[in-house]
Amino acid sequence: MMLIPCPFCGKRNESEFIFGGAVGADRPDPNSVNDAEWVEYLTVAPNPLGPVQERWWHARGCSEWVTIWRDTRTHDIVEAPDDSE
Amino acid sequence: MTQNNRCASGGRIDRSRTLRFTFNGKSYEGFEGDTLASALLANDVRVTARSFKYHRPRGIVGHGPEEPATLVELDGEDASGNRPATTVPLRDGLSARSVNCWPSPEFDIGGVNQLLSRFIPAGFYYKTFKWPNWHLFEPSIRKAAGLAAAPAQPPSSGHFEARHAHADVLVAGAGPAGLKAALKAGRAGKRVFLADEDSEAGGSLLNCDLSIDGQPAMGWVEAAVLELRGMANVTHLQNATVWAYREHNLLIVNERNPDQGSIIERSWRVRAGEVVIATGATERAMVFSNNDRPGVMLASSVQAYFNRWGVIPGKRVVLFTNNNSAYAVASDLIAAGVRVEAILDSRSCVPQAALELVPEITVQSSTVVGDVRGHKGVKAVKAVSSSGSVNWIECDLLAHSGGWNPTVHLWSQSRSTLRFDEDLAAFLPYQPVQNCTAVGAAAGQLTLDQIIDGGEELAYEIEPLWRVDLPGQRGKAFLDIQNDVSVSDVHLALREGYDNVEHVKRYTTGGMGIDQGKTGNINIIGTVAMQKGVPLQEVGTTTFRSPYTPVSFGAIGGLREDSVLFPYRHTPVTQWNKDNGAVMYEAGARWRRPGYFPQQGEGLQDAVNRECRAVREGVGVYDGSPLGTFELKGRDVPQFLDFIYSNMVSSLTPGNGRYGLMLSDDGLILDDGVVFRLDEHRWLVSTSTGHADSINQHMEKLLQTEFPDWQVMITTVTSQWNNATICGPRARDVMQALGTDVDLSPEVFPFMSFRDGTVAGFPARIVRVSFTGELSFEVNVAPRHMAELWAKVIEAGAPFGIQPVGSESSHVLRVEKGFLSLGHEVDGTVDAYDLGMGWAMSKKKTDYLGKRSIQLRREGKATRRELVGILPEDHNRQVPEGAPLTPGGRKEATEGLVTACVWSVVNDRWVGLALLKNGHSRHGEIAHVRLKDEVIPVKITKPVFHDPDGKLLRS
Ligand SMILES: [Zn+2]
Repeated sequence: MMLIPCPFCGKRNESEFIFGGAVGADRPDPNSVNDAEWVEYLTVAPNPLGPVQERWWHARGCSEWVTIWRDTRTHDIVEAPDDSE
Repeated sequence: MTQNNRCASGGRIDRSRTLRFTFNGKSYEGFEGDTLASALLANDVRVTARSFKYHRPRGIVGHGPEEPATLVELDGEDASGNRPATTVPLRDGLSARSVNCWPSPEFDIGGVNQLLSRFIPAGFYYKTFKWPNWHLFEPSIRKAAGLAAAPAQPPSSGHFEARHAHADVLVAGAGPAGLKAALKAGRAGKRVFLADEDSEAGGSLLNCDLSIDGQPAMGWVEAAVLELRGMANVTHLQNATVWAYREHNLLIVNERNPDQGSIIERSWRVRAGEVVIATGATERAMVFSNNDRPGVMLASSVQAYFNRWGVIPGKRVVLFTNNNSAYAVASDLIAAGVRVEAILDSRSCVPQAALELVPEITVQSSTVVGDVRGHKGVKAVKAVSSSGSVNWIECDLLAHSGGWNPTVHLWSQSRSTLRFDEDLAAFLPYQPVQNCTAVGAAAGQLTLDQIIDGGEELAYEIEPLWRVDLPGQRGKAFLDIQNDVSVSDVHLALREGYDNVEHVKRYTTGGMGIDQGKTGNINIIGTVAMQKGVPLQEVGTTTFRSPYTPVSFGAIGGLREDSVLFPYRHTPVTQWNKDNGAVMYEAGARWRRPGYFPQQGEGLQDAVNRECRAVREGVGVYDGSPLGTFELKGRDVPQFLDFIYSNMVSSLTPGNGRYGLMLSDDGLILDDGVVFRLDEHRWLVSTSTGHADSINQHMEKLLQTEFPDWQVMITTVTSQWNNATICGPRARDVMQALGTDVDLSPEVFPFMSFRDGTVAGFPARIVRVSFTGELSFEVNVAPRHMAELWAKVIEAGAPFGIQPVGSESSHVLRVEKGFLSLGHEVDGTVDAYDLGMGWAMSKKKTDYLGKRSIQLRREGKATRRELVGILPEDHNRQVPEGAPLTPGGRKEATEGLVTACVWSVVNDRWVGLALLKNGHSRHGEIAHVRLKDEVIPVKITKPVFHDPDGKLLRS
């Protein structure tokens, strides 16, 4: 069970959180993308071997949606990679 | 028979406390401090088990959790299965049975399997469970497979519990290395959590006769334990196995029989800053023909039985080794007066220091065991030298040592890496991935002098021998005794192309089961390496997974069972419901709700008909409190609601409400419900009962991650309001009888609006919504007033024949109206158009969740399943919910399914709803419900059977 850092509550057990998925691309303007781009946005989630940005909801805590970077190889909570936005 | 193999003195047992126990129905005696295994050996019980596949007679092999052969079932209060006899503490009255045998391990019917052994090769299950029909084999295999049965009853007294702990340093193992690490950390003032699986501290020192600074090593252990006990910052547990190493240094510890009290087992979840793995080493077996005979034991276990339990499991011993450690065992046995017939050493050159320990004994170098005679106990061992000379040595015990494996399970579970060390011929901890270190034997320090200053022990020197390989060898040589996996099985797997070590494991089952191959896995790896001609490093190990040793389900669950696991939610009306004979159901989100209220002599259908008739013809009341409600406040609520609902919401004026659909961005229907505008900046969103939590999550995620600058505050008010919903043509009369300061006339208080005021003297918000299709007043009050309000509604409604309505009737009433139910009509495949709710898909809004995806889907040519009503041609024929509709009722691919079917009191017949291919254009046609042996014709209609224009609910 991981320890997830919440900006309000500090490091808390993973069991207090609900997983919210990997952070993908920003939602495009649905009226200005083609079908393929829209489907890509909806269905292709990042799944790297290494750091991935993801969201966790502190549901059994302060209700904050926490955004972290997690290394999928080690479960380490890591700093944002240099080339991330 | 009384403990013929017990020494007169010595060992860590209390001879003044005799314990009586039974094994396979026979009575025996042992002493306090014994394990079941040591007591059986003391009584010279040689055949203690039958093997899994071939039902060969087996004895006790080891002395701890590595035991592969003797698994027992315990009866009575200890009821549990598959317990290695070596890990069962003896107590007075213990009753144990062998697994895998009937009627007894001495005389076992299943032993006939040995004759069939060539028909049970590696991959047997893979080869059997396929065409033409594995069901032919299943019953007999299922009967023969598996080990002990699960206990029929849980323990009648005692309980399991869980605890959390935090530590600066967790030390796994209280042998010399673990104690040393705990002392160091404890003296430095760190919070230390020391856990050890054995009944007392000392680790390998319990089993040997070693010294530190010239004094018995156990004296050093006792001093260390005493010092740790004096430290307030140290928690020291025995009988406590660290069995899992999880992410971020979370370790799980199973403590057995803590405090000798009513707690059976306690599960600790320990979050540690740093982990010290001091789990010692496990002796590994030698692999030779008939190495599973009763009386073939691990050398270190023979030593442990003598030193720790005062038991000598044989009178004439032969040792077989490839390393020095067996010489210390021989030395101990000689000192005890046991006849050591010979030491067979596979090495060509035996170190002088080892020979000096056993000056009187015949040591045959370059010699291996070629075979073992003795079906139910060792009688003689065949010694084969490298020159080919053979001699049979008579004996009753063969003690063997294939070397030592550092116990790297926890290290490896932490995802830290291993490397194969050629000098020690073993896998050692290499690079840590979490904050952990391995110390002592677990790190490859296999002698005491490497761990403790002043310790003395013969140097460990080994030449690996993964299996004895002689020409013309006969008899099975077992790599995995528990699963009956022999060398030939591994060779077969390799021949058939399963040459990855993980595949070999799964194909042969070698290394599975209770012991997880603690004594034999390395020999499988070695055998694969020999056969492929590659180094062991290249073969690698199979993955070490938790648990390290078996853990009971009780310990994992702790107190979390039944209602404690997942508590029910109740409204203030629960007690009234129970007092009035309600049959309680579980509704969504663990709410307890009344299903129906049977009166004297009534069945379910009678009660439901009565409740429905009351609502349609008079008045009913139900408790609508569990419905999810959220108050949204802020400047940007209108644009937020327009984004999450598919229809236009922002145009609502204060005091009014609207029904709407929430979609996900891929076009699925998430939920439906009504939204009210309370005032300029305050809104009330209601959701279905079961989706309240997930809609809260959905809304918070959007606001916090997508629109962080929008001013919207969400407050969950589900439990801040309770409501009694009064519904039916006489609802207004009941409201007036209750007394209210709100004008209830439809002209000033129309459908889909609300008013704040008082009802029966309580501050209330009255909302005009309807989930039944009748005139309804939802009277919302504070929870502290709910029970009283309910009582007053029942009282005021009595002259009008008011009936409490349960969820069964709510279902009937909504089906008659064609109102949706998530999970029935809405199943993740249908969209608003399929449901005939295209009006809910706003054309004015340029964007909202799901819009683009629905457009995309609607552009496709695929035919859709659409919501229709169904009327069975036979009015009295009920159609099962979920039943398929097929074209013409033929046995073909389905074209839809029945989502609901209820007895309609207003139509006096069964009516239903269905999702049907192109249903909207098929009204008036006949469709066919296809059951297994029957076809039911149903007429397709509009999905509404009562008040199609909605006049009543607006009245
Ligand atoms: Zn928090």
